Amino acid sequence: MSLFLLAFVITMAQIILGLAMGCAVFRVVRGPRAQDRVLGLDALYLAAMLVLLTYGIQTGRTLFFEAALVVALLGFAGTVALAKFLMRGEVIE
Amino acid sequence: MIEAPELPIWAAIIVGFFVLAGASITLIGAIGLVRLGSFYERVHAPTLGPTLGTICILIASITCFTTLQSRPVIHEILIGVFISLTTPVTLMLLARAALYRDSREGAIDVPGDSANAIND
Repeated sequence: MSLFLLAFVITMAQIILGLAMGCAVFRVVRGPRAQDRVLGLDALYLAAMLVLLTYGIQTGRTLFFEAALVVALLGFAGTVALAKFLMRGEVIE
Repeated sequence: MIEAPELPIWAAIIVGFFVLAGASITLIGAIGLVRLGSFYERVHAPTLGPTLGTICILIASITCFTTLQSRPVIHEILIGVFISLTTPVTLMLLARAALYRDSREGAIDVPGDSANAIND
């Protein structure tokens, strides 16, 4: 019984995180200017990382932890590069 | 896909509560990203996810794997430290880029005067 309840709660949390990703995608598509789109992308990769973590809890395997760490690292690098591009017009100067 | 780890009841309660709380807090931040009006208001909303949402889900993950493997598993703290260090840096860079673009284009709804803000 508690097992079924835990499975239900984790699936529910994944659906909620999917809704959060949908909100971020809305901001990426609609966002009036470029900085809004970058902000939506930042929120999108963070929600995706949280989905990976809940998937790791669900399956009981630590494999998904490394994937979440890589997503966090690449998301940081990507957002910084895009912000730098918006500021200067080039990434490496 | 309905499956769950074989946890005792107290660990299942802790994991379920923190997973649900973290996901809900992240959703609140994302709704703020959709509903708020200008960019300078919106840049505050998604900080809920990286801070409290990530911390709640990491607590659930630490509890789950510590109970499953019968030894302390704390490598999730790496993600917590990394996210809490990098999120302010990225959002400050993004806000400064937006401020620079807006002041160069002479937009009206820029909060404060950027020249005075640098001198303060």
